[in-house]
Amino acid sequence: MAKKQCRRAAVFAFALAALSVTGAHAQQSALNIYNWNDYIAPETVPEFEKATGIKVTYDLYDANETLEAKLSAGGSGYDLVVPSLVPFAARQIQAGFYQPLNKAKLPNAVHLDKSLLARMAVYDKDNTYLIPWMTGVIGVAYNVDKIKQIMPDAPVDSLRMIFDPEVVSKFKDCGVYMIDSPTEVFPPALKTLGLNPDSQVIADLQKAADVHFKIRPYIRKYDSSEYINALANGDICVAWGYSSDIQIAKHRAIEAGKGVHIAFSIPKEGAQRYIDTMAIPKDAPHPEAALTFLNYIMQPEVIAKTSNKIYVQSGNADARQFVVPEVANDTGIFPTPEVEQTIYAISPSTPDVDRARTRYWTRVKTGH
Amino acid sequence: MIGQVRFLGAPKPGEGRRWVIAGPFIWFLIFFLVPFVVVAKISLSTAAVSIPPYVPLISWDDTATMSIALHFGNYHFLLTDPEYVIAYLSSLRNAAVTSLVTLVIGYPVAYLIATAKPSMRGPLLMLVIMPFWTSFLIRVYAWIGILKPNGLINNFLIWLGAISHPLDILNNQFSVYVGMVYAYLPFMVLPLYSCLEKMDHSLLEAASDLGAKPLRAFVSITLPLSIPGIIAGSLLVFIPAVGEYIIPTLLGGADTLTIGTVLWNEFFANRDWPVASTVAVALIILLVGPLMLLQHFQSKEDQ
Repeated sequence: MAKKQCRRAAVFAFALAALSVTGAHAQQSALNIYNWNDYIAPETVPEFEKATGIKVTYDLYDANETLEAKLSAGGSGYDLVVPSLVPFAARQIQAGFYQPLNKAKLPNAVHLDKSLLARMAVYDKDNTYLIPWMTGVIGVAYNVDKIKQIMPDAPVDSLRMIFDPEVVSKFKDCGVYMIDSPTEVFPPALKTLGLNPDSQVIADLQKAADVHFKIRPYIRKYDSSEYINALANGDICVAWGYSSDIQIAKHRAIEAGKGVHIAFSIPKEGAQRYIDTMAIPKDAPHPEAALTFLNYIMQPEVIAKTSNKIYVQSGNADARQFVVPEVANDTGIFPTPEVEQTIYAISPSTPDVDRARTRYWTRVKTGH
Repeated sequence: MIGQVRFLGAPKPGEGRRWVIAGPFIWFLIFFLVPFVVVAKISLSTAAVSIPPYVPLISWDDTATMSIALHFGNYHFLLTDPEYVIAYLSSLRNAAVTSLVTLVIGYPVAYLIATAKPSMRGPLLMLVIMPFWTSFLIRVYAWIGILKPNGLINNFLIWLGAISHPLDILNNQFSVYVGMVYAYLPFMVLPLYSCLEKMDHSLLEAASDLGAKPLRAFVSITLPLSIPGIIAGSLLVFIPAVGEYIIPTLLGGADTLTIGTVLWNEFFANRDWPVASTVAVALIILLVGPLMLLQHFQSKEDQ
């Protein structure tokens, strides 16, 4: 008897599971978003749910690699993801990760930044697959008062701040962090040597690795997330990192009120722009809902809230008028046209170049 | 003779037992052997930009001919770059040091619990198990707070006046050992306790009646009798410690190279699942090989 009941329950559960699967395909009342942590205004998702009746599941990741591994395996269940354009989204498009966007469902795309779209079109022909989300540059963060104390004439607006052993050695005891991401630490080292920051030549990468070897003794840690709090707490003096993270550190320091004053500078030699984009995976269960969300967040007033909250330039040109002056007038967030000229982008590499870069980076970090 | 009389229709003795034994084997088959075969299969492929990101081993052409391409180059590749050998060795060293230190700390703890009043044993064991109620990650993060330059230990020592400059005790090999010993200590204490607790204490009384000093009695009776506990505890610590990823990542410095770091790099940074699988298979062979040898010699000894 007990056995029979058990079997009936199992059949029932199975039927229910089957029903819920077909149900999910039939109606688009749910949406699964996978985005970076700290990367959206807290009110955006609840307001979207209220406006459309679509129930959103919002998951977080903190590295492009994590996202890529999930999508590589297939069947991730996500409808909308936020890969960085280069090299991630660029090669993911080639590998067939995403579905083309139905532009007819995205009338708000007219608000997007045309020059950013042109940059993206190099990797995403005719902007078929990607919508820009946020963009920033990779540069130098420093603790204003401590740097003034240690080295009053420090070249804060230059790559020398970190990539010149003579300069960076002065900050060793105060603490220097660098993001742990090969694709974002080799270009500045190449630039320091006067080489093409986008070089895909393995011999050039080796020269860049030598630059890192020379400054290695003065770097306290290679880490892509801890430096936000380390800067804000005044535990470290200098960091090489993402402008959006550094803005968060700067504002956390202000909120803490302990007199820690963080500044961000775009190196005058040129800096690398990163563009984070939104895309719909090929096997997304709710592509219609994803399009609805994309169109919703492309309203200038909506995306401006995220800009205000996380102090980042969005890919929406018309949103700038709704951005608070404190953010809109910060040239570290919205660079001047002259600085914009010096900003470069890098291209996706072949697996051999990727492997060489990762290997050199491991050698820099571990000495092996 | 009478004991061998069997009623017709009753199950053969041993049949039920066979089913009971089958349970762990089925578990082993589903959760170890099948995934291992899948990983081993991927290790014989090469990376590709696709979903999934490797070349399928078996392909069919238009004439319905099946071709299987096995690529053994990945195993050779592991030997060409010292990175992998160094990573294996430092992971083995981390695990060995962790096992040794947990044994040295865990043995007295287990011994004291086992010899405590029976009413005290439950609460004491509870204290050993209690940390498991907090998330593992939070406990590792707590060590960052304790060891960092303006953390608990350094601030206390500076306040005491013992040091003037914070000690460098985070993000290096030392902090990795601290974290690993802390995390794996219960896995050493519990098997040692269950072994020591079952020990026949009248043997110790007999030893002292015969004039043995406590130290002598411990060395010639307690220690030999607790060897199964020492082996069980060491294996429980050593095996997961070799593959430990989280603790070296959070508490280690940039120069901490472990097999976990190498796996992460291959899988995420290089997107080379075949090489990542090769690293994993090689790790299992390195771990299971010595264990099987140990098992072999032990069963020989028992005979």
